[in-house]
Amino acid sequence: MTKFQDKILENELAVTCEAGPPKGTDIGELLEELDEIGYLVDAFNVTDQQSSVMRVGSLAVSHRIKETGHETVYQLTCRDRNRIALQSDLLSADVLGLENVLALTGDYTTLGDHPHAKPVFDLDSPQLLAVIRDLNDGVDMENNDLKGTTNLFPGAAVNPGADPVEPQVHKAKMKANLGAKFFQSQAVYDPRLFKEFMEKLREAKVEVPVLVGILPLKSPGMARFMNQNIAGAYVPEEVIDELDGSSDTLKKSLEICSRVINQTVGCCEGVHLMPMGWETHVPEILEKSGLA
Amino acid sequence: MIYSEQKPWSEITSYLSESESLFVLGCGGCAAASGSGGEEQVEELTHKLNRGGWTVTGSKVIEFLCNKGLVGIRLARISDKIESADSILGACCGIGIQAVGKIVDKQVHPANDTVSMGHFHGAWPSEETCERCGECLLEYTGGLCPLTVCTKGLLNGACGGSHEGECEVEPGRPCGWELIYDRLRDIDRLDLLTTYNDPKPREKYQKEPEMDQRHSLFWAIEAEEVEESD
Repeated sequence: MTKFQDKILENELAVTCEAGPPKGTDIGELLEELDEIGYLVDAFNVTDQQSSVMRVGSLAVSHRIKETGHETVYQLTCRDRNRIALQSDLLSADVLGLENVLALTGDYTTLGDHPHAKPVFDLDSPQLLAVIRDLNDGVDMENNDLKGTTNLFPGAAVNPGADPVEPQVHKAKMKANLGAKFFQSQAVYDPRLFKEFMEKLREAKVEVPVLVGILPLKSPGMARFMNQNIAGAYVPEEVIDELDGSSDTLKKSLEICSRVINQTVGCCEGVHLMPMGWETHVPEILEKSGLA
Repeated sequence: MIYSEQKPWSEITSYLSESESLFVLGCGGCAAASGSGGEEQVEELTHKLNRGGWTVTGSKVIEFLCNKGLVGIRLARISDKIESADSILGACCGIGIQAVGKIVDKQVHPANDTVSMGHFHGAWPSEETCERCGECLLEYTGGLCPLTVCTKGLLNGACGGSHEGECEVEPGRPCGWELIYDRLRDIDRLDLLTTYNDPKPREKYQKEPEMDQRHSLFWAIEAEEVEESD
């Protein structure tokens, strides 16, 4: 059992931090930045060509981060791989010693920098969770026996801001039934909405630990851009106004993050940070939230 | 021309509750030509349902169930029989199931799987769409096809990327899974949202037609022409 898995299984507050692989092969800077804040987090969550922008893969980067002594959550999306490639990559992840995997559907291809690419979506995220469960049990999708099974700890995503939110609750329940051990949420800015979502999850008897998604806004412009262009992310107008009205955007942005953490950790099991280039400010966010 | 085949009887009956009463609808167009939805098959389905203990309130074959105007007129004349049924069993292609679902506020069970005819697409003048995947899922999705109403073709619920009902991919396009959710709520079948759908068997997609299909359908015309010119 790893540090992150221990915390999840014991319902202790877990902290993960997103790591975005760059476009290109130079990952030295990323590894250094992450290493500096590694003591504050339980695992680095490595994105799989986020927003459908082609980058170095999450499998390789997860492995390199692990080599620096930090636990990872390897993100895997269904956008670019059929069921053969997905299963093979999961076996590869295990061979490389990766412990945790986040099963995602993936953003649509046209949202990224290769809009002419063929969208695959051979499987969806619940089906990918079923695949991970079966590989852990020693069989592939066609029920063929594996020589050596995987031992992957699967997680999945939830979107507390979806409107209507009921279909998300149904889907979360399905994911829990298929073996998801933890959920990380999309970015949250409205603690009240998040609390309502958590109540609905628990009412539906979904007991899987949830990490609340925290994404610092670098500017009001970034918030507006996210609302228009980033799937699943929505920043309420009040929050954008709050940033707009502040003379020190950085300070205000970190304050918003800590406020959301403080108001949500009581009803969930951890925090998932998405610093998006603001890795150096992670210590400050966690300190202000009493988590460092 | 859209080719459809009757599902296995065990699959059809798995959709039905013990005391469900049904109205059986056939299609006198493509499904009749496919031998899966004409008078003969509707009669057979009705007989089998009765024998299995289900109540059949009535049956009808309408030429082209895809033509909603026509279906509306024909069903209006027998609305009492439709009203007294809990649900409808449609012996037709996936488009027929979706079209009837738009007209009647009841669950429409698909009796058929719509089968790929290779690269022959036919013509379809309205908004219902069918990918001819060979394993019809409309039973679980309120008669809306998740392969076509969802941009990503997801089989197990919304991806979470939509905002205010709009798909993340195309502004103005509704989130397909929200449409499915609304429809299931309207027909009081939200319980179906917990059904896990297995990955699709891709080998059934865009396959070339079987030899017997070629000879019994549009391919036969070409074959005759070839024979004549010989």
